[in-house]
Amino acid sequence: MKKTYKIDVDCANCANKMEEAAKNTAGVKDATVNFMALKMIVEFEDGQEPKTVMQEVLKNCKKVEDDCEIFL
Amino acid sequence: MNKKQKKVLIRIIVAATLIVVLSLMPIEGYVKFGLFMIPYLVIGYDILKKAFKGILNKQVFDENFLMAVATIGAIALGDYKEGTAVMLFYQIGELFQSYAVGKSRKNISELMDIRPDYANIEKDGKLEKVDPDEVEIGTVIVVQPGEKIPIDGIVTEGNSTLNTSALTGESLPRQTAVGDEVISGCINMTGVLKIQTTKEFGESTVSKILDLVENSSSKKSKSENFISKFAKYYTPAVCYGALALAILPPLVRMLAMGIAPEWGEWIYRALTFLVISCPCALVISIPLSFFAGIGGASNQGVLVKGSNYLETLAQTKYVVFDKTGTMTQGVFEVSGIHHSKMENEKLLEYAALAESSSGHPISKSLQKAYGKPIDRNRVTDVEEISGNGVIAKVDGIAVAAGNAKLMKRLGIEYKECHHVGTVVHMVVDGTYAGHILISDILKPHAKEAIHALKKAGISKTVMLTGDAKNVAEQIAKELGIEEVCSELLPSDKVEKVEELLKKKGEKEKLAFVGDGINDAPVLSRADIGIAMGALGSDAAIEAADVVLMDDDPLKIAKAIKIARKCIRIVYENIYFAIGIKIICLILGALGIANMWTAIFADVGVMVIAVLNAIRALFVKKL
Repeated sequence: MKKTYKIDVDCANCANKMEEAAKNTAGVKDATVNFMALKMIVEFEDGQEPKTVMQEVLKNCKKVEDDCEIFL
Repeated sequence: MNKKQKKVLIRIIVAATLIVVLSLMPIEGYVKFGLFMIPYLVIGYDILKKAFKGILNKQVFDENFLMAVATIGAIALGDYKEGTAVMLFYQIGELFQSYAVGKSRKNISELMDIRPDYANIEKDGKLEKVDPDEVEIGTVIVVQPGEKIPIDGIVTEGNSTLNTSALTGESLPRQTAVGDEVISGCINMTGVLKIQTTKEFGESTVSKILDLVENSSSKKSKSENFISKFAKYYTPAVCYGALALAILPPLVRMLAMGIAPEWGEWIYRALTFLVISCPCALVISIPLSFFAGIGGASNQGVLVKGSNYLETLAQTKYVVFDKTGTMTQGVFEVSGIHHSKMENEKLLEYAALAESSSGHPISKSLQKAYGKPIDRNRVTDVEEISGNGVIAKVDGIAVAAGNAKLMKRLGIEYKECHHVGTVVHMVVDGTYAGHILISDILKPHAKEAIHALKKAGISKTVMLTGDAKNVAEQIAKELGIEEVCSELLPSDKVEKVEELLKKKGEKEKLAFVGDGINDAPVLSRADIGIAMGALGSDAAIEAADVVLMDDDPLKIAKAIKIARKCIRIVYENIYFAIGIKIICLILGALGIANMWTAIFADVGVMVIAVLNAIRALFVKKL
């Protein structure tokens, strides 16, 4: 399942880091961050509940880039 | 400017004023240090905080860390002014970058400003504005002059001209009248239209296009991936490099050469090194170039589904065309009926009825030539044979209509036609009943389009068609297309494209251009699939990588030129930014470049790269 989330982040490199962090979150199959459109597209593994996974994604993103936001 | 940016701007002004005032004051020692800490903290507190948090979260090597170390180092060496200035210029650069990115985001969304905000529904003689999302299929909506058509539908009342420029980049207005299909996103210019919707808002053309454009840069190009990888290794590498530069030379001087270590000088060089090394210019300008390129292209009616496709498109050397609907209008006209055993009209009637269930352009032209309403109840047992024709029963009589292959298949002798065009052979009640000649019309710009492609350096043009050999060859000759393969079934087209794919070199890409009808498999098999005239054709929008919104073949060359310009800018920025940085890094290590050169190498390069990236947006004159 794929879902798109609006995000807010200031620099392109930070966006790359968010992407990396999201990809490495358990339950996430693949993730892309589109810095220019300020969007994050997350593909979840089968049987995962997006809401709980996204909480983890947000936590991991905050870890690598304090100044970011994902609008869940 | 948004709130965040304004706040940074105020901090920049305050800090800059303080620095100027403080450098004019005759202060020394601890007083100077104390006073310079004020502008330093005003401008740099958030960077220091981020750097500190980064260390806590084990994300040490980022630009905040670089800046924090460089400026704290400079201050520790007693260069208060330089340390503070580096932080100031870094912030100016960041502000400029965020402003430029915000501005181009806005620009591009304005270019694609086709999202309708409301739909008008008539209730008790009054117009009511509703959310287009809530309009059900079959509802009649009213579109007044100057308004956007919010949802796809059919005109039930009124005449008007439509401006399609937001969708196609084509400024020629389109006439519309009762019974015409209209697509959302067009602007109604002259008369009031009543439209019965045929789709939901989410399925309408305008939503599909917006969705496509907004998600386009999610598919990343090789250059973008290269830059993210580069940044990942580059920053730590430079940090260790700086550390080595600060420690090794003084140690060597002291221990091996027995001269003064000059710690201060080498640490200063190392700090300069750190300032230069910030990867911002690269990391921001590459995605920005692609974003601007895709935005500029959509303004010209060329939708590109991702930056990776822009990259492939720029390397295109082979262009393969479908004929019908791509190079020709696909509007066939019956131009002759030969060897008919019955009245011409009767034969036409059989042909039109037999083909009535097919959506093929040929069948439409037969129906048009027949000119009377079709009673589908008269047709039974319809069997469509792909690439051959149709067998059906009309009024209970067996009728077969199709090309020479169908005749061979049925084992019926037929007469060749000497005219150029598509020939529909007719078999009525088991005997050959003559043939109908249908000719297609070339698109107005078809010839210029091929010429423009050759001028753009395309090495080979190939046309694939299911049509007869003589028709195909004549058209290819007229247009200047080099190779032509005719009488192909849809599956043969895939094979032909595969053959061509094998022949060409690794770096030469093959583009297939089709109208999306019957050629979805080929569109997805080619290196890059270009669908044209795709307004309203969902299948084409899905299958293709690049969608040309109107059906002008000249846009193919334009799309390639836009892609090339964008990629050129991307490479310019990569070489320029990395080149300047490496030169400055060497100069810094040798002690020739000071902190001010370093600031240029960081902020200056970034500003230039961003401005260059924005150039990708301007593609109108290509």
